[in-house]
Amino acid sequence: MSDVHEEFLAEAQEIIESLSRDLLLLDQAQKEHGPELDQTTSELINEVFRGVHTLKGIAGMFGYARLGEVSHALEDLLDQLRLGRVELDPSVLDVLFEGVESFQRLLVDSPDAPEVDVERLLQGIARFTGSGSAAPDDDLLGYELDPNVLSVLTEYEEHRLRTNVRQGVSLYRLKVRFSLLTIDSQLEDLKDRAKPLAEIITYLPSTGGGDGDTIDLDVLLASSAPYDTLEEALVDADAELLRVSRRSSGESPDRRTEHEALAPSSSSTPLPAPPPAPTPRPPSAAPVERREMSPDQLTLRSVANTVRVDIRKLDHLMNVVGELALVKSAVGRISERLRGRPELRQLAIELHRINRGFERRLEELQDGILDVRMVPLGQIFDKLARIVRQVAREHDKDVKLLVTGADTEVDKLIVEELSDPLMHLIRNAIDHGIESPKVRELADKPVSGTLALNAYQKGKHVVIEVEDDGAGMNPQRIVETALRRELITEEAAAEVSREEALNLIFMPGFSTRSAITDLSGRGVGMDVVKTNISRLGGVIDVQSELGTGTKFTITLPVTLAIINALLIRIGGRGFAIPITSVQEAILFEPEKLRTVEGREVMTLRGATLPLCRLDRLFRLEAAEPPELDADGTPPRRYVVVCAVAHRRLGFVVDGLDGQQDIVIKSLGKSLQRVRGFAGATDLGDQQVALVLDVPALLEELLGTPELTALEASR
Amino acid sequence: MLRVLVVEDSSAMRAFVRAALEDTGADVSEASSGFEALRLLPREPWELVVVDINMPDINGLELIAFMRKSEQHGATPVILISTEASARDRQRGLDLGADAFLSKPFGADALTTLVRDVLERRAGGAG
Repeated sequence: MSDVHEEFLAEAQEIIESLSRDLLLLDQAQKEHGPELDQTTSELINEVFRGVHTLKGIAGMFGYARLGEVSHALEDLLDQLRLGRVELDPSVLDVLFEGVESFQRLLVDSPDAPEVDVERLLQGIARFTGSGSAAPDDDLLGYELDPNVLSVLTEYEEHRLRTNVRQGVSLYRLKVRFSLLTIDSQLEDLKDRAKPLAEIITYLPSTGGGDGDTIDLDVLLASSAPYDTLEEALVDADAELLRVSRRSSGESPDRRTEHEALAPSSSSTPLPAPPPAPTPRPPSAAPVERREMSPDQLTLRSVANTVRVDIRKLDHLMNVVGELALVKSAVGRISERLRGRPELRQLAIELHRINRGFERRLEELQDGILDVRMVPLGQIFDKLARIVRQVAREHDKDVKLLVTGADTEVDKLIVEELSDPLMHLIRNAIDHGIESPKVRELADKPVSGTLALNAYQKGKHVVIEVEDDGAGMNPQRIVETALRRELITEEAAAEVSREEALNLIFMPGFSTRSAITDLSGRGVGMDVVKTNISRLGGVIDVQSELGTGTKFTITLPVTLAIINALLIRIGGRGFAIPITSVQEAILFEPEKLRTVEGREVMTLRGATLPLCRLDRLFRLEAAEPPELDADGTPPRRYVVVCAVAHRRLGFVVDGLDGQQDIVIKSLGKSLQRVRGFAGATDLGDQQVALVLDVPALLEELLGTPELTALEASR
Repeated sequence: MLRVLVVEDSSAMRAFVRAALEDTGADVSEASSGFEALRLLPREPWELVVVDINMPDINGLELIAFMRKSEQHGATPVILISTEASARDRQRGLDLGADAFLSKPFGADALTTLVRDVLERRAGGAG
């Protein structure tokens, strides 16, 4: 049954995530409209109710008693909410948020999970559910509703019906014929068209034309729109719209008992003709045109079309693709070699052609798997939005969260690893960046602070910005702190640029508790944030303007699984540089070298480019000067210009060996501490190359104040 | 082999019911919504349908009403499952022709026993 348990965990997790999302939307709706429930809000509450209801059900089945208990209590509260017996106000929302927050912890259920005070939580929820009077029940009787319809409504659907009737909204029945083959898309299409005009209460299915390929639906809906508008929006060839008429007023009280006594009969009572009787169209059995579905609709389609996959399985597949890529390279090299032999030329050409085909398919396969691994950043943005709300409340601050680019896609693994660093940045921004409403008012700023979370794709990278309009950071104070903590020398302190000063907050040891108050600023574990980001092959940068705000920019690769690399040679050995960090490779011209402050630099298109001779760095310098070429000049060397975010550096290398897709394998435990290498890769032909960790190298080589100062002054 | 269709919007519940019934040798298919059930129902001569009451769009009650009106499934045994459905929903389900009602949470044994009872009752009634 362990697979079943996995399924439980996965579904529970999914439910909790969508609950958080929906609660945030509810929170927003409440802020905008107050406790009045419009149709969208009602649907949202119902969504949340359904989620909690399902969670309660499965928690019980799988022995998660405490999770079941809390979800039960929350379900009661939500039930009262959706039945209109409890008002949606901020205190109710607080309890809902707290409840959903606890779900996560109760689900994890590990010994080190923070203890959840279930008792206190339950009491908090019970405060709202105790009272509340039953809503009146008689509204439906004024309508000529088929008892067969009423008998299949669930309690909630009946409640929605009553609410609409009470508000004077008219009831309609839409009879449509759907093809069983395309029912999903037709249904979504109908929902889309109905949404702006009507609330769909339920769908009653009945057997279609009898051919087994179609199904007739009797859709019960409530709408304030005029009949003609509704008809125009909803009715096409296979549909018919009927208004459910009201009984004449004198009749209703007496009909009540009769109505209740009516047992559901098997013969369907025909609907009374609506006042402006539309001519019923004969249902035609014409096959319904198949619609192309937008991506939006696709996600709305039944869950049956999606598969949940363990990320480890995808990792394995990706590894296999990686190995196949190695096979491809090996075959490529063999065909190269065969080409050189005239008698085998024909064979070589054929092999080459086949290998090209193989290469294309492999690329498709690779893209396909990468695509499956991609998830929208929105997944963590939702969680972060929850944090924003929570932290803002803790600190009595008014914070508006603006999110853009939530649909930007990133490798699942990266997304998972991102959530902690981002959470940290956001906490800091609210805690120390955004001022209290009073202070903001004094500073002539809008009372509510804004926290922007932006994501977008930039080439093969994804950029995430966390920006606040708070107090900003004071470079002067940061330098002072760094000095006090002996992180930099007096001399260095005198020379740091503004930008470098800000970057000091990422130094280990910079942040301590007192640093927070000292700086009115950040620094809580920023070095950890930075380390986490670089582990993902990314970089983080900060910009800040005193009094205006602070912006952190995180630049990440889109995927970690397979990378395209530039193969280089240094001192007779092969190395690989991930192509994502390579800007260009140019000829190395020693005569253009200059030395500035003891460092070699060259000028590239008017800008100063610091250089690093990798052979010296790796101590791979040839013992003897290199042999001269035939024409008496030293052999050509190259400069590989690497850039990560705004930092640029040229690596001087002996040779370029082309590009290749590589799978990076870790160096193993014993070599874990070696800096500057991301891992090793098998190039086929039993050749192994070390893969340069460009962000780490740039960091190490450019991190010294002299060099960056120089770069900044260019 | 008993051919069972499980109609339930919770994937964990479907997995649970499937595992429980497969342990008794049943051949279990799943539908994750009422609409999917509508598509699957005519495909096979189902011998038992397990339906959840609370599902979006087409609820369990509507599905039973639909089945009972159809020629093919007018007499197919149906077990309704739900998390403490209100007494009203439960009664409606039985009125519409469900054979039995089972409240969540339930154990695998409770389900398999109920399935056996329902099928035996049907067999007894027919012969």
